[in-house]
Amino acid sequence: MWRSCRRLFYARPPQTPWLCLTPPVGGPSLSLPGTARTYTPPTERKRFYQNVSISQGEGGFEINLDNRKLKTPQAKLFTVPSEALAIAVATEWDSQQDTIKSYTMHLTTLCNTVLDNPSQRNKDQLIRAAVKFLETDTVCYRVEEPAGLVELQKNEWDPMIEWAEKRYNVEIGSSTSIMGPNIPARTKDTFTSHLASYNMWALQGIEYVITQLKSLILSMGLIDRHIPVEKAVQLSRLEEEYQIQRWGNVEWAHDYDLYELRARTAAGTLFAHLCSESSTVKHKLLQD
Amino acid sequence: MASLRSPLRTLQSLLRELRYVSAQAGRPYRDMAAYQHLREAFRAHRITSEKLCRAQHELHFQAATYLCLLRSVREHLALHQEYHAKGERSTEEAAGLVGLKLPQQPGGKGWDP
Repeated sequence: MWRSCRRLFYARPPQTPWLCLTPPVGGPSLSLPGTARTYTPPTERKRFYQNVSISQGEGGFEINLDNRKLKTPQAKLFTVPSEALAIAVATEWDSQQDTIKSYTMHLTTLCNTVLDNPSQRNKDQLIRAAVKFLETDTVCYRVEEPAGLVELQKNEWDPMIEWAEKRYNVEIGSSTSIMGPNIPARTKDTFTSHLASYNMWALQGIEYVITQLKSLILSMGLIDRHIPVEKAVQLSRLEEEYQIQRWGNVEWAHDYDLYELRARTAAGTLFAHLCSESSTVKHKLLQD
Repeated sequence: MASLRSPLRTLQSLLRELRYVSAQAGRPYRDMAAYQHLREAFRAHRITSEKLCRAQHELHFQAATYLCLLRSVREHLALHQEYHAKGERSTEEAAGLVGLKLPQQPGGKGWDP
């Protein structure tokens, strides 16, 4: 209940699936006047390419769809700084079957957001938006009843808060009031300076994960590789999991949301990691 | 699942997901750039002189995250196709569900539908 209420408060415009070409011409089927109207889903663009490959340009790595270069929705050239990321994006485009379903291409969406920056946010605004989530962090909001849920929240969420407090040397705490926990300014400053150490690409990924999980602490756990994606999603959806165990699972709603959240979180985490790493391989000679 | 499974399991599952992807593309999965990249990355990090290698854990975490991404996208798409992809039934189909047929009225209904 809490989480869905928070969704109302913090309604961010959802990440619209970007597509490199004009949006599909479709929409509910047009009807002649006098005939009954039924809803049909909008027609999707057909897959117009056979091969997807990567090439290296001056700005970074580019994706080629059958000799045509991929472009962002604002017609900029699609370049990514990391080869592994380019390969993952190419795999996304390659996995489209018959029609292009842009809502399944999360990495492409993230890259487009960074390259186009449609909301025109600079690094400070992004960091401020991310740290603002701490005041209404999911793992800090506790209920007082039912007892089973209180117990579950204590057992699952307290270790995460302790880990975050120890790792970043801050105070966070949890609260049962509607105003939320009182986060000292020093905590916010610590997180602000920590997030400032990431580059713009990684930061967009991190902020995306925070928005999806509704929790800064869980996102930091993911970025620091403390918990895997499935665990983070489970902790974020703790109350829903409790209600599912109590009242039953509805596949077309619960599982649908679960897999979508997992996909988006995994995409954001992978994006942040791939854009912030620089790996070198040192070959050591075996000495006999 | 607070800890990752063994790297071998993750690699096997990743290869299975890549096989699903390449089945749709129609090409053998060994040609895919993702397959080559993963194979080189796993091979390069297999032999290390350190007992607790942080880079190994980082690579394994990345592989597990990518596996989660591929698997969730596939499951989500399957659920979407099954439950949310078809539009409304037409009136004829809806009547046909219970074995009825719409009446034929050659003169028109006499009013706007």
